[in-house]
Amino acid sequence: MASLKELKGRINSVKSTQKITKAKQMVAAAKLRRAQAAAEAARPYAERLSGVMGSLASKVAGDSAPMLLRGNGANQRHLLVVVNTDKGLCGGLNANIVKAAKAKAKALIAEGKEVSFYLVGKKGRAPIKRDYPNRIAKHFDTSEVRQPGFEEAEEIADDLIAQFEEGEFDVAHLVYPIFKSALAQDPTVDQLIPVPPPEGDDAMAAAGEGAVVDYEPGEEEILEDLLPRYVKTQIFGALLEREASEQGASMTAMDNATRNAGDLIQKLTIQYNRSRQAAITTELIEIIAGAEAL
Amino acid sequence: MALHFELVTPAKLVRSEEVHMVVVPGAEGEFGVLDGHAPFMSTIRDGQIQVYKSEGGSPETIEVRGGFAEVGEKGLTVLAEHVEG
Repeated sequence: MASLKELKGRINSVKSTQKITKAKQMVAAAKLRRAQAAAEAARPYAERLSGVMGSLASKVAGDSAPMLLRGNGANQRHLLVVVNTDKGLCGGLNANIVKAAKAKAKALIAEGKEVSFYLVGKKGRAPIKRDYPNRIAKHFDTSEVRQPGFEEAEEIADDLIAQFEEGEFDVAHLVYPIFKSALAQDPTVDQLIPVPPPEGDDAMAAAGEGAVVDYEPGEEEILEDLLPRYVKTQIFGALLEREASEQGASMTAMDNATRNAGDLIQKLTIQYNRSRQAAITTELIEIIAGAEAL
Repeated sequence: MALHFELVTPAKLVRSEEVHMVVVPGAEGEFGVLDGHAPFMSTIRDGQIQVYKSEGGSPETIEVRGGFAEVGEKGLTVLAEHVEG
């Protein structure tokens, strides 16, 4: 049985842990609201852009299409762009993202493809490095900015497009968490480059407008201008989703931790009181026994 | 007659309002958009968008970089990567 002093020390240490987790939970809750608002605000741009993309991509098809749309013909070297968070304390979020990335990598390797990684965010580095030490092409650090904005997305996209044009990879996939709720964030794998043709619905809706649209300079030129923007928006969206997911996961994890700490404190307090009582009883018995002996 | 004008950046919807006319710096020259303009799409070069709230009024200028403009039934939508002012 631990001594009274030891128990008291443990209770105090758990109490201060609880204070930390509680503070982190509240911070995450506040940040989550902001991150969600940011994700919401980014939606109109993404929607319009993919709408325009859909209508253009259906018109410009075949060999004349830009390389970003039709690919470079090969399907051998794959790049996985994995978006992880920079900070921990967010439960299983990063583990899940890494798991999804590894599953995709495994599937691609099984098909005989070459796989390399482009890591965004700090927390994915160690676990991916453990399994694929020689396949990491680059780390992109987002830890220095408080909230990753469009500049970071732009930088990543420019880097990726340059690499693609130099022929360093054939296909790029984007692995990122999609924020469903504070309890659920689904890691998702999307093809990034070549830009996949937009889903049937969007293209149909855009084409269904029917009006003859004038293009200036021309459809192909606009598409060529648009595709890099589309990639940027895609990455920007992933960064925003990551931000919301991180805060959501953190909030949930910290809520659990606070509750667990509370349980532990209760248990320790009971133990402490019991042993205090036992000590008092022993003392009393000793005194009574001593008195009787006289 | 008013033209519905929207200016959108990746981060947010900057403007969504009814205006008289907007002059957009297109890649092949500036063009003005009034209500009832034919469907049209153009990339834009870095420059100033001039928003005329009312006929004959003085324009409000917005600096934009990188993007494109789309004129459809719903009005004019400018998607810009960066907006200043």
